[in-house]
Parts: sequence; C-alpha cells; structure tokens
Amino acid sequence: MSTLTLPTPPRSAARRASSEWLALPLAGIALLELVILLALPLIAILGQAVHDPDTGVWGLSQVAPILASPSLLQQVKNSFAVALTTSLIVLPLAYGFAAALTRSAMPAKGLFRALALIPLLAPSLLPGIALVYLFGNQGVLKGLFPDGIYGFWGIVIGEAFYTFPHALMILVTALSVADGRLYEAATALGAGRVRQFFTVTLPSVRFGLVSAAMVVFTLVITDFGVPKVIGGQYSVLALEAYKQVIGQQNFPRGAVIGVLLLLPALFSFAVDHLAQRRQQALLTARAQPLQLRRQPLRDALAFLFCTLAGGALLLILGTAVAAALIKLWPYNLGLTFDHFDFSNVDGGGAEAFVNSLKMSALTALFGTALVFGAAWLTEKVGVARRLQRPLHLLAMLPMAVPGLVLGLGYVFFFNEPANPLHGLYGTMTILVLCSIAHFYTTAHLTAVTALRQLDREFEAVSASLQVPFWITAWRVTLPVCLPAVLDVARYFFVATMTTVSAVIFLYTPDTALASVSVLNMDDAGDTAAAAAMATLIVAASATACLLFAALQWLLLRRTQRWRNPG
Amino acid sequence: MHRDLPESLTMNPTPYLSLTGIRKRFGAHTALSGIDLTIRQGEFVCLLGPSGCGKTTLLRIIAGLEGMDDGRIARDGRDIGRLPPAARDYGIVFQSYALFPNLTVAQNIAYGLTGRREDKDRRVTELLALIGLPAIAGKYPAQLSGGQQQRVALARALATSPGLLLLDEPLSALDAQVREHLRGEIKALQRQLGVTTIMVTHDQEEALTMADRVVVMNHGVIEQIGTPEQIYRQPASRFVADFVGQCNWLTGTVLSPGQLRVGDGIVSAPAASELASGAQVELFLRPEDVQIDPRWEPSPNSALAEVQQIELLGSLYRLTLSVPQWGNLQLLADISHRQLVQLAIGDGQRLPVQLPAASLRCFGTVEAA
Repeated sequence: MSTLTLPTPPRSAARRASSEWLALPLAGIALLELVILLALPLIAILGQAVHDPDTGVWGLSQVAPILASPSLLQQVKNSFAVALTTSLIVLPLAYGFAAALTRSAMPAKGLFRALALIPLLAPSLLPGIALVYLFGNQGVLKGLFPDGIYGFWGIVIGEAFYTFPHALMILVTALSVADGRLYEAATALGAGRVRQFFTVTLPSVRFGLVSAAMVVFTLVITDFGVPKVIGGQYSVLALEAYKQVIGQQNFPRGAVIGVLLLLPALFSFAVDHLAQRRQQALLTARAQPLQLRRQPLRDALAFLFCTLAGGALLLILGTAVAAALIKLWPYNLGLTFDHFDFSNVDGGGAEAFVNSLKMSALTALFGTALVFGAAWLTEKVGVARRLQRPLHLLAMLPMAVPGLVLGLGYVFFFNEPANPLHGLYGTMTILVLCSIAHFYTTAHLTAVTALRQLDREFEAVSASLQVPFWITAWRVTLPVCLPAVLDVARYFFVATMTTVSAVIFLYTPDTALASVSVLNMDDAGDTAAAAAMATLIVAASATACLLFAALQWLLLRRTQRWRNPG
Repeated sequence: MHRDLPESLTMNPTPYLSLTGIRKRFGAHTALSGIDLTIRQGEFVCLLGPSGCGKTTLLRIIAGLEGMDDGRIARDGRDIGRLPPAARDYGIVFQSYALFPNLTVAQNIAYGLTGRREDKDRRVTELLALIGLPAIAGKYPAQLSGGQQQRVALARALATSPGLLLLDEPLSALDAQVREHLRGEIKALQRQLGVTTIMVTHDQEEALTMADRVVVMNHGVIEQIGTPEQIYRQPASRFVADFVGQCNWLTGTVLSPGQLRVGDGIVSAPAASELASGAQVELFLRPEDVQIDPRWEPSPNSALAEVQQIELLGSLYRLTLSVPQWGNLQLLADISHRQLVQLAIGDGQRLPVQLPAASLRCFGTVEAA
C-alpha cells in the first residue's frame, strides 16, 4: 500500500439523510391499491352471494335453493370429471416432456421448450376452434370421434392444450433443481435406475407434481373458454356462471356459482402453498448440478416423445391458423386473407384488436411499475419493510382467485352507484386495473425473486455513504433487476392479450377486446373469423415476445456488460 | 510482547464513542443485555465472540441499521442513538462487501462522493493508490478477486473520510493466505489514517493480531475488555480463556495458601494464595507455558508424563500428554521443532513436565456437582 495520508475531501452536510420516511406512505399507497383492486371486489362478490336483494336479508336464504338444484349438482360433477381427467392426462405428458428437457441429452431442447410454451400465446378459445376443424362435423379427422367432438372429450383435449405449458413450467423447475451428488451417491450404493427414480427423483419432484396437478385442476375448473366453444350440451360450472351473468343477467346466481368456483381454487392454492414450502426446505445450497451424459436410447426416446407431444401442440395451433386462411372449409380450400377483414362481423373487429393491444401495453407498463415499486419498497427500504407481509399476502391472492370470479367481483364493486370509483366502470382503465390484479401473483413473485438476489446490504451501504435510497434504486437496483423487469412486462402483456375470463364482464362496445370477440364471433357462427382473430392474438403475443427478447439482448449488450466480465 | 499504541490513544483519553446500557431483544431471544463500552479516538476495537453472541447486532445498532430497545450511544458527547444511518457519519464494510455489481470500481468508490467530477476522480485515484490497486478503476466487481473486492469495499467506505469505520467480518469470506495478508494491510491503513475502527469477528487470531483492544462477548454480555495480551494471558473468565486459544485445565483442592492438591501431587500456584483451604479451584495454563525438562529433577510443580500423541501444527508440535501423578490429567504442550529433536520425543515416551507457578491462573471455586 502507498504511504500517503488522505486529505479530507469537502463533505457536503446538506445531503438529505432521513429520506427513508417517504417510503412508508408510498408503500402504503401501493398496498391500498391492492386492497381496492383485489380485496374489496372479492368482498363484494361474497356479499352478493349471501345477500338477498328482494328481502334485504343477509344469509344463505338464496344460496340454498341454487345449491339444491339438480342441474347445478350435475354441473359440479361434470366440472370435476373434466378437471380430473385433464389432470391425469396432462401430468404424465408434461412430466415426460419436462424430464426430456432436463434429464436427457437430446438435441433441439430450446426448440422443444419454445414449442411447448406456444399455448401460452393463445386464448383458451383457440384449441376449441381448432378441435372443431379437426374433429367437428366437417373435420378432417372426424372419424376418430364418431360420436362427435362436442362434449366431454372435446373439453378435455382443449384444456389439455391450454394447461400443458403451465404444468410443464412447474415440472421443469422442479426437475432442474436436482442434486447431482444424490445420484452419484445412489449409484455408488448400487441402486439401479428404477430404484433411483423412486428414491431420489420422485421425492425431489413430488411437491412440483402436487403443484402442477393443482394448477391444472384449478385452471380447468375455472375456464369457460374451451367449454364455450366445444362443450356442446356438456355443461360445466364456469360456463354456467358466465351464462347466468351474460345471458340471463342473473347476477345473484352468477355470484353464488362464482363463490363455488372460488372453493376448489382456494383449496388447491392452500395445498400448493404447503407443497412449495416443503419444496424449498428440500433444497440445499451445496447441491451440485446434474451432469448429463449421452445415452443414445434414452435420448432418442426423449426426442421421439417431445416430437410427438410438440407436434400435437403444433397441429392444434396450425389448424387454427389454417382455418383463418382457408376460404370456406371444407368446400373451398383456397387461401385468403378475407377472414381478417372484420368489418362485416359482430364482436368488435379491428378496433377490438387495437383495444386489446392498448390494454395489454398499458397493463404491462403500469402493472410492472406497480409490482416492482411495491416489491422494491417493501423488500429493500427500511421503514417500508413492515408492510412486507400484508403486501405479500395480498399479492398471493390472485393466484387463488379465478379470473371469472375477479371479473364478477369488479362488476359488483365498481358498478355500485354509491362507490366513488363508479366512474371507472365501463372504461379502459378498469380493464387495465382488473388485468393488473388478475396477473399480480406471478409478476410479484418474479420481482421479489429478482430483488432478493441482490445483496441485502446495498441499502445499508448507501445509507452509510449518505446517498438517498431512491438514487441507489435508480443506479443499482433497477439496472441489476432489468431482465426481471422485462420478464414481468412481457408476462403482463401476453397474459392480458390472451385473457378472456375476467374482462368479459367488464368490456363495453367502446372497449371491445380481441379475445372476447373470438368468443362472440364463434358464438355467432362465424368460426373462420374467430380463428382469424385468435391467430392475430397469437401473432401479437409472439411478436411481443420476440420484441422483448430483442430488447433484452440489446440492453444486455449495452448496459449489462458487467454480467459477463471478459 | 511490546506494542506501540497510536499516539492519539495515549494523548487523548477522552471517549470518542460511548455506549451505555445497550439492550436488544428479538422476540424471546435476548441479543444484548446491557452493553457498556467506550472507545477512544483512533482506536481499533474488535468485537470478538462465537456466532449468536450479539456482536453483529451491536455493530448494526452502532450503524443505526438496527434499533435498540434501551440504552444510549454518544459520539463526541452528542447523542446519536436515534439518528438514521445516513446521519451518523461512518463507513462500513460487510462480509459480502456489497459492491454494486453494475458499477465499475471507480463508480463504486465514488458512490458517496459529491462535488465536481475532477474532485471525485482525484479522490478515487488517491484511494486506489492507498489500497495498492491503482490499475483497476475501470473493472467491474465480478472481474476482481475476493481480496481485491474486499479492498475496494474498504476504499468505498473510506472515500468520504468518515469519523468511524465499521467492519463486519470483513475477512471471513477470503482464503486463509489472503486473509493473513490483508489483516496486516488493514491494520496498517487504519494506523496511517487514524480512523476509529470497530471490527466484528469470530476469529480470535484476527482479533488478537489486529486490535488495540478486544471486546470478548458471549450471550449478549461483554465477558472481558482488554488489550490482546490481557485477553490472552489474563483471561477474565473460563469462557474467554477457552475461546481465545488452547488451554489446559487442572482441577485442584486448596491445601494451604498457594498450595493445591491435584490428583496425587501438590502444585503451587501463587494465583490461589487468597483462597481458603478446602476450596475447589480450576487452574488454567496455555500449552506453550508447559515446560518440558531434559532431565527429571524433583520440584513442586513437576511430574512424569507419558506422550500419547504428537501433532504437527506447522511451526510447532503439540504434544498430548497424560500425567498419572495428577490424576491422569490430559495435558497439551506446545514445543518447537528444535526441542522435539533435542529431546528425541516419540510416542509413548515418558517425559518430565513442569508447570511454571507464575503462569498458572486460578478460576474461583468449582461448583460441587
């Protein structure tokens, strides 16, 4: 070390030191927003379910007759049958796919992974439409379902397509945290492949399997997009809620069914929560990544399996795209862009698409800002940390609340004339707010994970250097978290672009939406236009993903040089 | 051993930082119960103790990163106990260094600096020269070795010339060799700048080599405050003796002032001269104080011991001895390589050992169990 003594630099005593107190009201505002966007609408729908508007009496007086009706009982049974069957089909498929991606040395993993995530880009109505073209009365493969595709099996296949990537992502995560040492130890102790699977692999992924099963089950039971298009006479609970509210304007009955839908969702949420806590306890910091060696037979089988599963997903997407481009199925197979001219069809047409883009962009912008702002304040800024637990609880809530229930809650809460926020009803703003609330959980978890990877002493160091907390946020926290910020924005955009469930109760003719218009066009018998709109949505989602990927690449190159020191 | 205390310490005895009655609870766990400590200007103080003893909590309370339930912190006579961290004027280095990964070394060091760009640049250059790494200004933290990162964190903490430097286990993430090297460098730097420094560590060797004064803590209380020599040679409690270095413990009964019965033998220890006969005491002796004699000469504190194990510690050998005369006492003795050769010591051999009476320290009565 050199021997010079340090001269004292000029110190500025004027730096604002105790700026942290500003963080508390800011975090409080974020928390209040979540209360308004989530808690109050849910309370509203619960209130609606147990309040008889005719007599003004609170209680179960109107719930009981609805529950006792034989049609409802049948719908409950149908919903459970569909959800269980779909789970039983999707889980092994998703597990096989995830295992091939994480535990084999097969080629083209990136391609297969991208392929498997395709369904996320489409509204749940798309598989329904594709199935009509494949197996419907005039379908190419009609012979496979001689009794018709409309009904139970149609719903199950459509839901399998829709839920596959959700299960896959969870299982890939569960399978990729393998501790290579455990397998080495098992091999050294003489355990064979089968024994290793049951003693090492299965225990380490069992919570992931539970999680995936719960997610699939909940998604199926609360989705009405697929049953709407392909369900025929087979009536399920989610569709019934939609019909009661939209078709018959029977709000109390819709509310009761909505609350019913909340029950399995809350149950699976609780199970999943427990499973995830156990899963975390399983991981040790000393785990060694698994080294994959080439095994020709296994890798070939994995490749074959992924080709078949990925091919099936691609077939469904391709059918929808083809349906959008073919003149008149099955009589005139010439190609045309006519179906993309929505001027002659009901349901909103081109404006709906523009509205959807606008809604998704606004949701991505404001949703990301709110999610990251709230997570950052409560994770990182001293005084606001006391709000961390309430925020986290609220942020986890949307996972347990089906979009359908949330949308109904918004109707009951914001359409109440006494509500000072009544003016939002019927605007684009409420659609954006509802979408932010609907997709809050995943975004929040991504943000929190990214923030927690930062050294927790950054803020302490900044305080000791008398730098206000927001400067550290701007110079360090945000740049380091930039990839996660982009991830959250992209997730918000794509999820909002494809959703039908919550917004279907909230749109007006002025704010018609693309995904909703798919449903309305299909309802009006204009299946080709519906397919065209669904294709547009997929194209928009895919473009957004590509744009975000490009943006990420550019930013990483320009501002994130520190990540790859060379 | 002789130590030069920095001039400021001897000339300015008034406390710079004084902590009075600091208390802190986390739920049912008492982290600190009544800490009193004064630190002089320019002093290097180490808070030493096992994990969970409250030393890090105490440092975080001084930094204002943690609140205290009760107590007072005064600096230059001014109460700073309730001030936010940014108003307390200190620099801090964490175990993780907490270097901002997306900023260059120069940007990291300049993070707390204000004023004109040229002034900042000059200051950064000065600090880089000071830590002996003049050529790394444009690098990112991920491009530096652990030792380099540690020094950059130190430079960043010193950039604003704070009146107080806080170090939270600053060396524990480093390899042994780098750690030893940096000990000396940090100590030299601290002397040179005369900045009052408080370092938290669980490594007794680190505390002994670096500190002007060591504060040994356990279970939220201070066990002893003293110079490294005092802590090592005159531990105030059995805990301090055990925590700071290796010890031999002899249990004995006082026969007459300064005379004790240990097993079948008699040991004289002036340290026990004020105890009543019949009292049970524990005697403490460091392994390097055990004397191995070339020839057996009967004397009050000698006995024949059998070598059970010879362990190479590097520059020393540590013998594990068994002494039948003192009730089969297990005794550790450190000897040099030369001694080992000269005395031709081997396993199972019998050796005369002597316990120098002046080195024996005495710890109160053993509770009758």
